Amino acid sequence: MKTESRLEKVLAAGHFAVTAECGPPKGADVAALQAKGKHLLGCVDAVNVTDNQTAIVRMSSVAACAILKGMGHEPVLQMVTRDRNRIALQSDLFGAYGLGVRNVLCLTGDHQCFGNQKEAVGVFDLDSIQLVKTVRDMRDNGKIIGGEEIQGPPKFFIGAAANPFADPHWWRVVRLGKKVEAGADFIQTQCVFNLDRFGEFMGQARDMGLTESVKIFAGITPIKNVGMARYMANKVAGMDVPEELIKRMAGVPKEKQPAEGIKIAVETIQQVREMEGIAGIHLMAIEWEARVPEILEAAGLSKRPEV
Amino acid sequence: MIVAELKEINEIRKMIDRYEAILVVGCDSCVAECAAGGNRETMLLAAALKLSYKKDRKNPVITEACLDRQCVDDFIERIAHLVPEHDVILSLGCGAGVQALARVYTDKPIIPALDTLFIGETEMRGVWQENCLGCGQCKLGYFGAVCPVTRCSKKLMNGPCGGSKGGRCEVDPDVPCGWDMIMRRLEAIGELDRLKEYVPPVNWATSHSGGPRRVVREDQKP
Repeated sequence: MKTESRLEKVLAAGHFAVTAECGPPKGADVAALQAKGKHLLGCVDAVNVTDNQTAIVRMSSVAACAILKGMGHEPVLQMVTRDRNRIALQSDLFGAYGLGVRNVLCLTGDHQCFGNQKEAVGVFDLDSIQLVKTVRDMRDNGKIIGGEEIQGPPKFFIGAAANPFADPHWWRVVRLGKKVEAGADFIQTQCVFNLDRFGEFMGQARDMGLTESVKIFAGITPIKNVGMARYMANKVAGMDVPEELIKRMAGVPKEKQPAEGIKIAVETIQQVREMEGIAGIHLMAIEWEARVPEILEAAGLSKRPEV
Repeated sequence: MIVAELKEINEIRKMIDRYEAILVVGCDSCVAECAAGGNRETMLLAAALKLSYKKDRKNPVITEACLDRQCVDDFIERIAHLVPEHDVILSLGCGAGVQALARVYTDKPIIPALDTLFIGETEMRGVWQENCLGCGQCKLGYFGAVCPVTRCSKKLMNGPCGGSKGGRCEVDPDVPCGWDMIMRRLEAIGELDRLKEYVPPVNWATSHSGGPRRVVREDQKP
């Protein structure tokens, strides 16, 4: 084992892992965060805490991770390079580890133009791959950027993202390889709706031998209604929502659309589980955390392993 | 070259309304190429100001002049005879030109008429494209001569993010994805292998992050 991460233990023991996203509140409302966390307690192996996602100001992911950890969760800290330079990133990594966080997901982050602070400077001192390598160098070599040694190197289980659906397709698996080479232990993919393309990507990853060195989590997002499906298809960067899926949602009466969305999510989970090299799923139930237990129940994943 | 755009006349008026004699000074270099502050634009702005003041029944003195380069002392001195009889200089130079005038004419207010935007090229008539941030350590040779620091909205150094779709940037579908351009160039010159190499963090100390930069060359001094 490289770390004290519970998530690493679950994966190392060969279990199919389940993580779920938990977005911190837009404010200092601890009770709201705890309410979300309560829905997920006991039914996931780790909660993944977003870092000002879509560039909307929220409670810091480090603080939210500490609060969720206090409830008994295993947090995965998301860290984007959009808002912090390398001094702040490395400092927050030390701080998060000091607060008991053992997993980090290294991201570049959505551009600030998508959020509610459009006039902000975009820092982008590092990119996500450079952040992965930074965390790895801390853990394995006890050094920060520039080569200085540190006291008490944080030993994070390191994650990164992959979007099999962005262009150009041939590049996506090359980028995955670069992330693995830089030090990624696990990968979370963009929400999977287009299973054909996802299967193709996984095939390429297997051909390159990547599935042997990295644990890949398929991203799953339940769709609440046809409006959300259309919105994701047209407005959200990097999404691939096939037309047939939108038609399927549209073909169901409005009041039954949430159930249909959950049914689609469960079917998707079942299909990705069949794919060789998928180590788990990452549920992104956006403002729908309360339905996570039901989705996992239906997918036969509600019982989480003891490690 | 430096690319700039003329400010709205109302914004300019807010800054110059307090003065009675205005010297409008253009720059016939970069900002002439981007049709913002050259000889022609200087005459047009002076005429527009006169008209605007006339509508308000005001009649300030407005004189126009244009320098070959507003950022070089030898040229700046050529308006020295006009400066004393005006109480403000309205500059159609870039930010460097405005500040050079202020350094030379220490007792005159200098007002910018342009918004200075970027270092770029004339892609076609009427289209100017930013393509250099002046980071101080050019690595274009590794990226097919397309700059990731400038052309990628997130300054990514290790390939396109998950927001690249159909060669377009997630920030704006009118913006081409810089990394898509890099990849096409590398493919065209047979150097796609460069994409697999890990590119370490940029040293921003040579950019403006290191403080205002200055080049001093003893061999060039008088």
